[in-house]
Amino acid sequence: MMAEDIQAKLKNYKTAPFDARFPNQNQTRNCFQNYLDFHRCTKVLTAKGADTTPCEWFRRVYKSLCPISWINKWNDQLEEGTFPGKI
Amino acid sequence: MAHPSQLGFQDAASPVMEELIHFHDHTLMIVFLISALVLYVITAMVSTKLTNKYILDSQEIEIVWTILPAIILIMIALPSLRILYLMDEINDPHLTIKAMGHQWYWSYEYTDYEDLGFDSYMIQTQDLTPGQFRLLETDHRMVVPMESPVRVLVSAEDVLHSWAVPALGVKMDAVPGRLNQTAFIISRPGIYYGQCSEICGANHSFMPIVVEAVPLEHFEAWSSSMLEEA
Repeated sequence: MMAEDIQAKLKNYKTAPFDARFPNQNQTRNCFQNYLDFHRCTKVLTAKGADTTPCEWFRRVYKSLCPISWINKWNDQLEEGTFPGKI
Repeated sequence: MAHPSQLGFQDAASPVMEELIHFHDHTLMIVFLISALVLYVITAMVSTKLTNKYILDSQEIEIVWTILPAIILIMIALPSLRILYLMDEINDPHLTIKAMGHQWYWSYEYTDYEDLGFDSYMIQTQDLTPGQFRLLETDHRMVVPMESPVRVLVSAEDVLHSWAVPALGVKMDAVPGRLNQTAFIISRPGIYYGQCSEICGANHSFMPIVVEAVPLEHFEAWSSSMLEEA
């Protein structure tokens, strides 16, 4: 049931929807939070050996919101082990 | 776009800008009426031979010229607050575009589906073709579907810039490390120009913004062709 909901949500994805946690002009945290949530979700689900499809939502949202240069910088930092956030 | 000797705003291309123009017309009319009244009173005072040395005070006129201005201010404040809250309405965008300011060009990223990104440099004056606008044209335009709510996230990669398109009633500062959100709906197809609005170095005046609003099918064709080009 949950799996079909996620699939439907991902199929109908147009762009990052309004997020009530970040209602104002400054969307910096919205982008960063979704990036964090994607990596945390992936880490937890792969540790359990479960399907990581639900994490796709966070990936779509951070890809919509975050500048490409920020994503590349954070990906490099993750590889180096210097990423400032807690995953 | 702007015209030589232009006095007023550019024609509105978004509902918000239409509201702003109406509000400005309303407020400017009040300003003109008050100024005309004051100018009349001054010329009357200056050009009369009559003198009256014995009036000390008058409760009635004091009350009138306190209450009347208060009413006028309320008549300005109410529509102003209405538009302020209207601009803050929660919207549900169909598309997100990132506008990144650089020294000295803008780059646009359309990453809802694929990773489409491109730079937008000003066309130098010597390279313009007849009919193009000096200091306003760019090699790539930010193409957008018309009548569709669009979210633009503005940021910068080096120093402060500002992304402005007057016909849409939009201006948003581009701050490095910060993602500033603005949104608009373009009511009609067309090409809308803007210029960088925060001093950013030698070529601050030479990094314009061009938004091209087209029907959805044209937008989809454009984005497919842009992805193929890359």
